[in-house]
Amino acid sequence: MIRIENLVKTFGAKRAVDGVSFAVQRGEVLGFLGPNGAGKSTTMRVLTGFYPPSSGRVSVGGHDVVEEPLQAKRLLGYLPENAPSYPDMSVQGFLEFAAAMRGLDGAARRSAVGRVVERCFLGSVLRQSIDTLSKGYKHRTCLAQALIHDPEVLVLDEPTDGLDPNQKHEVRNLIRELGRTKAVVFSTHILEEVDAACSRAIIIDRGRIVANGTPQELRAMSEVAGAVTLRADGASEEKLAALGRVQRLEGGIRVYPADQGAAATLAARVVELAGREGWRLELLRTEEGQLDEVFRRITLPDTVKP
Amino acid sequence: MRPILTIARRELGAYFASPVAYVFLVIFLLLAGFFTFTAGSFFERGEAGLAAFFGWHPWLYLVLVPAVGMRLWSEERRAGTIELLLTMPVTAWQAIVGKFLASWLFLALALALTFPVVITVNVLGEPDNGAILAGYLGSLLLAGGYLAVSCMTSAMTRNQVVSFILSVVLCLFLILAGFTPVTDLMVRWASPALVDTVAAFSVITHFDGFQKGVIDSRDLLFFLSVIGFALFATGVIIRGHRAG
Repeated sequence: MIRIENLVKTFGAKRAVDGVSFAVQRGEVLGFLGPNGAGKSTTMRVLTGFYPPSSGRVSVGGHDVVEEPLQAKRLLGYLPENAPSYPDMSVQGFLEFAAAMRGLDGAARRSAVGRVVERCFLGSVLRQSIDTLSKGYKHRTCLAQALIHDPEVLVLDEPTDGLDPNQKHEVRNLIRELGRTKAVVFSTHILEEVDAACSRAIIIDRGRIVANGTPQELRAMSEVAGAVTLRADGASEEKLAALGRVQRLEGGIRVYPADQGAAATLAARVVELAGREGWRLELLRTEEGQLDEVFRRITLPDTVKP
Repeated sequence: MRPILTIARRELGAYFASPVAYVFLVIFLLLAGFFTFTAGSFFERGEAGLAAFFGWHPWLYLVLVPAVGMRLWSEERRAGTIELLLTMPVTAWQAIVGKFLASWLFLALALALTFPVVITVNVLGEPDNGAILAGYLGSLLLAGGYLAVSCMTSAMTRNQVVSFILSVVLCLFLILAGFTPVTDLMVRWASPALVDTVAAFSVITHFDGFQKGVIDSRDLLFFLSVIGFALFATGVIIRGHRAG
């Protein structure tokens, strides 16, 4: 549904997006990660037709966003960063405006407004003016606007920004649910959201894609991925050193596999060693890797790398 | 066409959603009345016409029209709603025209509310109502010209105040180019052809005919091209922001 090839977007001398390519199919939820200023919002603005690309091709549902902007925009629902909306309108008026802009009239408009109001839990504030709403409600009003025409492609720029934990949870569930039938791209810098909602994630840094894969694949890039952490009575670091590099942690010992091949059997060999030496195991865990560690490692400049 | 109307309806609603619309209408009508009856000495003239009324419009609009137009695009940019609006299935051109039409309609409403002055002059004497109608048409076009300029300046900045000041300055140029004290000053050193050329860019020169009841196609064309040019420039400015 979404295809981006070699997208470059420059502002003056600055290359905000520098050769980004990816595709998103129907039924996929793509998480877009990266530090602030990495080019996430710029990429989304090009994708939604707000910024024209400096070079490269962007298409939505087979329609190029430069050559056939209206066809592409019709397929899209977009939640811009900071969820802007017209403060002097009521929630209902705003949603009706959005529906009318999408060509919905009469009964179709009423049912569309009713559907998104229910979906985004806006029933209690329907007649309220938007500038009197709390941030969470404002945010959901703008999200409702993006869903009003039941679009095939959803682009959400930081959809959970400024929401409380319950609302974040609801929005993540909503994204996951929508992702079954639509192509969804959303940006975030909350890493747990990648696990909670994405089928695939891209990490972008200084305008370039630095990692692209499922959440599991990204975690596997972590340094601790595959390491075994154990806590045992009588455990000796010298003995464990035979299996790999050993690190002393608070209340435990972590053994890193010597290479990728050793990772699969590391835990079994630790158990075997413990049995032979008569250690009493209290804890044994194979580390999956942590996204935030991967994120920090690949998005920091080289000078800051440990 | 449909998106233009949808945008225009929303924009017009936005004027009346806040007290700004009512404050504007009251101030406009008060000032129009003051200029006509006090400063324009309507009664002392002893004429059955509305020269005292229309003659002040270029000056009255100079401050009031930019006040109506200043928020059109600057507010969209400040609030970020421009991103919402232009990623909906509309062209920038449709959005520009829709917003312009809504504000123009609002100004037309303000102008229509001056109808008591027409009744007054009809009660007191027997004016040429055709000429009055032409005056109203000219005044509406004049307001449209200023409004298109305000639309352009409001696309230039996120700040409504900056937009307002820029717009007043530009509209003042449009007045002064043909304002008699200024042309008299120019005649002293410039050739008559140059003075006429400069004056041809003035709204005063082109508004004069309408006040006298003459609808000249050149005057019509002048106002329509000011509107067309300023709206085109608005489109270029908006595209400029997005192209980066």
